[in-house]
Amino acid sequence: MLVTIREPSPNGSRNEALSRAFLSVANRRLLAMPSISSRCCRATAALIAVTTIPDFAAAQSVLAPAGPVGAQERVILLDSLAIMLAIVIPTMAATLACVWWFRASNTRAIHMPDWNYSGKLELLVWSIPTLAILFLGGLIWASSHDLDPSQPLTSNVPPLQVQVVALDWKWLFIYPQQNVASVNELIVPAGTPLHFEITSATVFNVFFVPRLGSEIYAMHGMMTQLNLQADRPGNYLGLSAQFSGDGFAGMHFEVNSMSPAQFERWIAAARSNGPQLDDAAYRGLLRQSQNVRPYTYRAVQPGLFGRVVTQNLPPGEGPPLNTPNSNVRPFGGK
Amino acid sequence: MNILGKLTWQAIPFDQPIPLTAGATVIGIFIAVLVWITVKGYWPYLWKEWITSVDHKRIGIMYCILGLLMLLRGFIDALMMRSQQALAYAAPGYLPPEHYDQIFSAHGTIMIFFGAMPFVIGLINFAVPLQLGVRDVAFPTFNSVSFWLTATGALLVNLSLVIGEFARTGWLPYPPLSELRYSPGVGVDYYLWAVQISGVGTLMTGVNFVTTILKTRAPGMTYMRMTMFTWTALAACLLIVAAFPVLTATLAMLTLDRYAGFHFFTNEAGGNAMMFVSLIWAWGHPEVYILVLPAFGIFSEVVSTFSHKALFGYRSMVAATMVICIVSFLVWLHHFFTMGAGGDVNATFGIATTIIAVATGVKMYSWLFTMYGGRIRFTTPMLWSLGFMVTFIIGGMTGVLLAVPPADFLLHNSMFLVAHFHNVIIGGVLFGAFAGMSYWFPKAFGFRLHEGWGKAAFWFAFVGFYVVFVPFYVAGLLGMTRRMQHYDVPAWHIWMVIAAFGTLILACGAACQVMQIIVSVLRRDELRDLTGDPWNARSLEWSAASPPPSFDYAVLPRVECLDAYWRIKQRALELGRLRDEPDYKPVEMPRNSPTGFICAAFATIMGFSMIWHIWWLVGVGFIGAFATFVVFAWRDIPEYVIPAAEVARLDRANRDARRQALETYLAQAE
Amino acid sequence: MSGYSAYSTTVDAAPLGYGEHAGARGHGAGGPASARIVIGYGFWIFLLSDFVMFSCFFAAYAVLAGQTAGGPTARQVFDPGSVAIETACLLLSSFVCGLATLAVAGASQLWTHVALLVSGLFGFVFVLLEAREFAGLVEMGAGPQRSAFLTAFFTLVGCHGLHVSLGLLWLGTMMAQFYAKGFRRNIRHRFLCFSLFWHALDIIWVAIFSLVYLVGTVL
Repeated sequence: MLVTIREPSPNGSRNEALSRAFLSVANRRLLAMPSISSRCCRATAALIAVTTIPDFAAAQSVLAPAGPVGAQERVILLDSLAIMLAIVIPTMAATLACVWWFRASNTRAIHMPDWNYSGKLELLVWSIPTLAILFLGGLIWASSHDLDPSQPLTSNVPPLQVQVVALDWKWLFIYPQQNVASVNELIVPAGTPLHFEITSATVFNVFFVPRLGSEIYAMHGMMTQLNLQADRPGNYLGLSAQFSGDGFAGMHFEVNSMSPAQFERWIAAARSNGPQLDDAAYRGLLRQSQNVRPYTYRAVQPGLFGRVVTQNLPPGEGPPLNTPNSNVRPFGGK
Repeated sequence: MNILGKLTWQAIPFDQPIPLTAGATVIGIFIAVLVWITVKGYWPYLWKEWITSVDHKRIGIMYCILGLLMLLRGFIDALMMRSQQALAYAAPGYLPPEHYDQIFSAHGTIMIFFGAMPFVIGLINFAVPLQLGVRDVAFPTFNSVSFWLTATGALLVNLSLVIGEFARTGWLPYPPLSELRYSPGVGVDYYLWAVQISGVGTLMTGVNFVTTILKTRAPGMTYMRMTMFTWTALAACLLIVAAFPVLTATLAMLTLDRYAGFHFFTNEAGGNAMMFVSLIWAWGHPEVYILVLPAFGIFSEVVSTFSHKALFGYRSMVAATMVICIVSFLVWLHHFFTMGAGGDVNATFGIATTIIAVATGVKMYSWLFTMYGGRIRFTTPMLWSLGFMVTFIIGGMTGVLLAVPPADFLLHNSMFLVAHFHNVIIGGVLFGAFAGMSYWFPKAFGFRLHEGWGKAAFWFAFVGFYVVFVPFYVAGLLGMTRRMQHYDVPAWHIWMVIAAFGTLILACGAACQVMQIIVSVLRRDELRDLTGDPWNARSLEWSAASPPPSFDYAVLPRVECLDAYWRIKQRALELGRLRDEPDYKPVEMPRNSPTGFICAAFATIMGFSMIWHIWWLVGVGFIGAFATFVVFAWRDIPEYVIPAAEVARLDRANRDARRQALETYLAQAE
Repeated sequence: MSGYSAYSTTVDAAPLGYGEHAGARGHGAGGPASARIVIGYGFWIFLLSDFVMFSCFFAAYAVLAGQTAGGPTARQVFDPGSVAIETACLLLSSFVCGLATLAVAGASQLWTHVALLVSGLFGFVFVLLEAREFAGLVEMGAGPQRSAFLTAFFTLVGCHGLHVSLGLLWLGTMMAQFYAKGFRRNIRHRFLCFSLFWHALDIIWVAIFSLVYLVGTVL
């Protein structure tokens, strides 16, 4: 299960094989476990397994990465888990064995009522976790730097720039190179590195596409950077991972990864219709709204994102204040 | 200007049947209890023996009762959240967002501040002075003030159910969401004042117990003779003293932003919301250890007692406790690895976090070796401890996993995270509190808790815990994030349904726990603890009668070693008789005082009127609280004297019980 | 299981049995410390927690000091002359409070009241000067709502001012207690706490003076 962490996995195929192996073991385990008792139990278990062992990809699982960042992070996740299980499983087994063997009714067990110190053992109990943590610490240090979200991805393809603004309660994606923008839909070319600059016009949010990896905060007056890549065409769920108010649950977006040619066609289509994103349109976005259907802007006023980050545009409006009870039990916009 | 500030009839949620019915039920039960007390004429007893009591044991018991009630209250929130998420796949469920958001915020706030904290502090209050071999805490009246201020906080949170709303921001109100612009309602104000007032009480508890443990110990009670529970209580109280002022300051800043238009965390005028996150976790991470360290102490006592062995590696345990105490202040950034701090910072805090796992690992092994060579009795407190050992290893492991920044980039704010912290807080703190409750119950009340119901409660809680939270781990790995009022991903649904089923198992556990107390009270005569030492335990508190007299010890014990009471028992067995009767003297004890209760009543008025902007009433509250303290300062006789004859009578009864037990044992041995 | 349960509640009828009458030192060997030690120690722990709270306001000030949002900067709003007088008042007040401690030790009603009155007057002048400074700032449009810098400044300095004001309330209560009850042990203990509090506020003020006013006007 241990994979050298520094090894880059450009297409994630090796990791996919690994995870498939991991899953099949998990599958078998779950099916096998209750078979000890009875047939009826086995049938139930099979039923549970069939209905519950998820299709990881369809579930938007972080264990089914669709890009290099997510794939490497999954390796770190599984490696760390393996390192710890190497200690945790024996410890747990020893605990249970010890509890059972030294039960009061077991007359065969030795009784050492005054044994409460052993220098060697104490050295051992400090050193086992320390060694594990040294090992893990090295992994943490290296991987924190390798997988820092602001770290650009190595690729022959020049990265696509996307500026992200979290709003109440929708996502705005600006493509500065293409001068178009979209709301609640992120269209990206497959196999191309994506460089995101992320901010919030309102409260904290977290930009998160589980199958691509690395989530990162969107904060007002600040800009975070994130580098991701979708290896193949496909549809992925994107969502906010930081609670942001009444419309939070509906604040997700669709990530549509398509071939570069298709992406060019989409850009062309986006340029040809839809409204224009200027100051006035942006101010409209600042009003709270929930479950917004995706749409595109055919043009974006230059420098808009920079003015959001530097707080030269007003922040999100918050709930309307003209309702009778708005300063006691307010309701968010619909 | 309205004389009642923002308070109008519109504050009552007549349009929302769920909180209205719940509120009416609670108020109904409350009034029924008051009527029952009045009819039975219990008021004088309650006032004299409990409400105004400054006895650490009474205050500890009241803390535990408050904690248990609030755990139930928070559990009802949990039932609603689980059922909502089970129903809300591609559907709105039955709770609209503005209500669901209040429920998860209230759940977290109540469970941490008013469930777990009072429960743990209650056990510290009850046991620590007894274990130190002294008669009370350093500042008994302030102890009472602490309790009643905590109760004030709990009362304010529950008032928000029917008057206005509670915060819809999560249990830590991150700005800018919690700022006036995005949360113009009274919900965040309820949170701020409830937590602030109870926080003052907690801080006073911390000061009180640090002083008690460092400055008032029985003769001969050196540091390395203190019980593990006392050590962990000391570590927790040191953390309270160092961390709670941070909470006070942070909440004060948010309060100023909301009430006076300041700009600490606002989106305008240069405010910095990230500073709130940093400050609140500088308190929040130590808070976790404030809760769990005393639980570790309880497990140490219980495992050693029921393994019939001294604790293995006492000095390592003490060292590990203090390592955790210190390092817990150096890890707070791991709560926001995903804010883009960069590789160096993330790695440093990640590694610091894993150091805590070393110290926790040492404790785990020490408990293991304590059991090795023991004679383990599977009583209820021991079952809770064993359940803890198994569960906490998993929680610790997933915690270290989340401390690895790249893994956290996938799991931050996911259901996996929610599973992790419930794993350590339920598996650690709650299991510990229940172990402590069933362990010390006979000491507090003179009769044991019913074992059958207790074991049933444990098994339901243990199994229910896994049925709820394993699905959470899975859902987190499947990409599900927390606090979603509804969702559309089909693969998440089944796990939410299983988790909802798990809460029903937990509900059975809660019911068994309530039944255990009821049955035990009804059958108290069969469960009576006659000897004062029902578990054959090792530390000093078991040398006092069950329940102990108000003065705990007729004569302060002289401590000669760790496990002082064990040594005393061994000596009695060798000699075949008890030690000579001491020379009894009158005992001076602090008088009861209504200061705490009255002061908290004014604090409640002040908090409530701050929330509703009733400024004149704020003044009344402040002046009232100040006047209460002045009146308290003016009293002439702070102590009363228990005559030597009364001390002797009570202690001789205790000695007789022990003598009989000794003689019975010796007769059997022959 | 209760078969073993056997033995005595009292070990030795030690002469050290009684808390504060024992005259012991609280080091573990000798039993509980005296009431004076316990009360003073406990109050010190409280003061430490107060310092932690102030350190948060200092941290907030350090973070926000540059965030003037187009409003006035530190150099524009601080008046070194007024701050120097405030500092002198506060330090003198503490000095006189120290004299009051001597008067209390000598159980002199007259000198205790004179010293406390003078100490309180200095403190009162400090609060007045600070209030005047704040009022002036608000008048010139540099109130706490103007910018994050001013928010942090008003909160940090105001929190100290609030402590001094509450201290004055306490001082008045202390004087009334000495007058009504005399130099009883428990009132002396309270006075010990008060003087600790009053001196601790000086420590905070020295930090404010150097980190806020000096750094703000010199740099």
